[in-house]
Amino acid sequence: MTHHRAPENRELLRFLTCGSVDDGKSTLIGRLLYDSQLIFEDTLAAITKDSRKHGTTGDDIDLALLVDGLEAERQQGITIDVAYRFFQTPKRAFIVADTPGHEQYTRNMATGASGASLAVILIDARKGVLTQTRRHSYICSLLGIRDIVVAVNKIDLVNFSEDTFDRIVGDYVTFASELGFRSVMPIPMSARYGDNVTSKSGNTPWYHGPTLVEHLEGVDVSQDLGAKPFRFPVQWVNRPNLDFRGFAGTIASGRIAAGDQVIVAASGKASRIARIVTADGDLPVAEAGQAVTLTLEDEVDVARGDIIVRPAERPAVADQFAGHLLWMDEEAMLPGRSYLMRIGNVWTPCSVTSIRHRVDVNTLEEHAARRLSLNEIGFCNFSAGQPIPIDPYAENRTTGAFILVDRFTNRTAGAGMVAFPLRRASNIHHEHFTVDKAARAALVGNKPMVLWFTGLSGSGKSTIANIVELALHRAGRQTYSLDGDNVRHGLCRDLGFTAEDRVENIRRVGEVAKLFVDAGMIVLCSFISPFRAERQMVRGLLAEGEFVEVFVDTPIEACIQRDPKGLYAKAQAGQIKNFTGIDSPYEAPEDPELLVRTPGRTPEDCAAEVLAQLRARGIGC
Amino acid sequence: MPSTSTKAPLTPHLARLEAESIGIIREVAAAFRKPVMLYSIGKDSGVMLHLALKAFAPGKPPFPLMHVDTLWKFREMIAFRDMMAKQVGMELLVHTNPDGVARGIGPIASGSALHTQVMKTDALKQALDKFGFDAAFGGARRDEEKSRAKERIFSFRGPGHSWDPRAQRPELWSLFNTRIRDGESIRVFPLSNWTEYDVWDYVLAEDIPVVPLYFAKQRPVVKRSGTWIMVDDDRLPLNAGETPEMRMVRFRTLGCYPLSGAVESEAATLPDIIAEMRAARTSERQGRLIDTDEDASMEKKKREGYF
Repeated sequence: MTHHRAPENRELLRFLTCGSVDDGKSTLIGRLLYDSQLIFEDTLAAITKDSRKHGTTGDDIDLALLVDGLEAERQQGITIDVAYRFFQTPKRAFIVADTPGHEQYTRNMATGASGASLAVILIDARKGVLTQTRRHSYICSLLGIRDIVVAVNKIDLVNFSEDTFDRIVGDYVTFASELGFRSVMPIPMSARYGDNVTSKSGNTPWYHGPTLVEHLEGVDVSQDLGAKPFRFPVQWVNRPNLDFRGFAGTIASGRIAAGDQVIVAASGKASRIARIVTADGDLPVAEAGQAVTLTLEDEVDVARGDIIVRPAERPAVADQFAGHLLWMDEEAMLPGRSYLMRIGNVWTPCSVTSIRHRVDVNTLEEHAARRLSLNEIGFCNFSAGQPIPIDPYAENRTTGAFILVDRFTNRTAGAGMVAFPLRRASNIHHEHFTVDKAARAALVGNKPMVLWFTGLSGSGKSTIANIVELALHRAGRQTYSLDGDNVRHGLCRDLGFTAEDRVENIRRVGEVAKLFVDAGMIVLCSFISPFRAERQMVRGLLAEGEFVEVFVDTPIEACIQRDPKGLYAKAQAGQIKNFTGIDSPYEAPEDPELLVRTPGRTPEDCAAEVLAQLRARGIGC
Repeated sequence: MPSTSTKAPLTPHLARLEAESIGIIREVAAAFRKPVMLYSIGKDSGVMLHLALKAFAPGKPPFPLMHVDTLWKFREMIAFRDMMAKQVGMELLVHTNPDGVARGIGPIASGSALHTQVMKTDALKQALDKFGFDAAFGGARRDEEKSRAKERIFSFRGPGHSWDPRAQRPELWSLFNTRIRDGESIRVFPLSNWTEYDVWDYVLAEDIPVVPLYFAKQRPVVKRSGTWIMVDDDRLPLNAGETPEMRMVRFRTLGCYPLSGAVESEAATLPDIIAEMRAARTSERQGRLIDTDEDASMEKKKREGYF
């Protein structure tokens, strides 16, 4: 094979390879690079040397060593991250996402699949269709891959048996029929010896199909994005001077021409395309995949995050929707917890309101679930902080995909795919009343706010809050107390003490506290509230300055010693599960409005400190 | 008046790479407080700069260029750098590690490892801290070297510019996670998905200026460790009996001149270079003396903060 000229004008093909630990995935990619002569002499010299050190093929060159990159995995002999490899033939250029096959690395496979338009699924000819084959196929299907190559590898180890090949292909096709693939191409091959990879094998005379490379060169994976509804997510507003205001972005789907009517999806504001600007001059028409700058004929309010569409092809605009969620973080996803969602160019708070079911990726069975752990996939209802234009992921991989980010660690925690908007979002509107929070507060002469006491059980939260409330009451302030033990007898009687239930408990209390603040009151909340995320969530429900976090900081040793309700003794005896500080974590506030250290002080002394803080905030007491 | 495009269209392959890179560059301008583009003068930097100019037309890129100068670059590189900055009309910041200068660090006196650490890696960290940049573009490509194949397009750096392979964020679709806290930063590689072929094909298609050192010419060189080192000035000490000879050579990658090996070549035009590259049997990094110490050396350098 020669590669000494540029590939013909065929579209770049991005594909991923998936297989289990010993299916020969790295060997296959090494073979593709080697056979397309993209292995340079200096690289080959380096791996020939390494084959003796790390290799598993004796004196042969271990082609897998060409692709296993990071030092850590070289030593372990496994692939632990997504690697991107490049090769080209005279007909086409390729980017391969090399993704690991172990169960615990489902997230890496999904990452590779999100950017790919075809998947090569390896099956060991000796083992046939396995659980992991199903898992890989399902994840490919979920991420929207429609074209599959079933590489029945190590065919040399089953004596190039046609029967074995046919049986495996039959099994696969039966199982995959429900996954919605457009094409499935089975190829018998030996990556190690090169049979049917780049050249036709003399060992499989019964096979009349293409080699892997022939198939990859010729396959049409176009999604015909240009024919879909026009979607232009605005990435950046370009205002180099007062005479130019353009909206820069990449066309996600469809095509557009100067003079076409458009609207801004979320606001419904209408205009026409004035110009399609590029650095190489204006274009009369542009289509999916092009990075351009649009100008409009009218002065319409458009910002980063908006989506420009055609009036007759509008996406749904919703703040609640259903979709699949693949969880990628070590810390489990809990319904009700607030994350940051990135969808298109919008960042907005988002939480899962309920998990409709979890999908077992091995059996495709649906199960009830109260959380999603690392590498689990669920079908969920979502609630976003603002209405957003969305399309089903199956129709548009740009306007239907989103990620969830942990608000504290900023880790990318989840990958989501929109299924459909939820009607309730579009039909329920906030009522606006004439008498508002400011009016109610003025009537009682109050500055409404939430005093949020957080700390370990027995730290003195309720005791201090009680003294503070008494002082406020005497000073003529309208107050109300919400206390952990009390709400659990009523509002939250259905909740226990698992992490999921603690999140929901605080969510409810937060919403109730918000109503009291709206009524013009000072609300004193005493809750262990062990997780930063939920305290942050309550803070987010209220206006700036209305949430005062008071960290009652009592060391656990002192709490155990006090143990006013005898709970620590029970927890230590194993009679109470999920007890904060014993077998459930407490995340101390990083930057509370007030830090009250209790050791060696009286409750009155501590309360005085809180009251001083309130006076500083303009509360007469 | 708007002009209408008359240029020959790019191949679908290059057009797609170009659009993807422009999207990445715009994303950084939109999402970060204070970005900077690291400009190392080579062909990859040239392509990256060209893409940035295209991304923000008819305006200028809303960030400066920065060059970390080790004081050992080829003279032609520095002249080219200053010419380009003037031509594109962008601010150019140049930083050299003053501690390294005070300690007399250089590739010959100190060896390549220490020189790279002090004058490139440390110097880069100093410069990023000095100006408070929260995002820095680099021209690295995934096809360059094995440990780069797993690099993210948006690569997260913790406090002190540390790079932890296990702390990297999964990148799905084009939904880059651009959120960072104070003291953290992101390195962004808009050319991640380009190959050496793509870079040269694009340089040719878009008529992008490159340093003349890439083209073959008679140059004064000496043979060291099997490669040709150019005698760019009188700081290169000659061994006993060693005299520079004029050879027809060119460079596939550019860096500090005592560390950059030349190849003998007749390729004096872009089409010649592309033809030569397509027939080449060694990788472009072969000329770079810093990679050959041991196999995992690039990963080590990255952990230490090297670009």
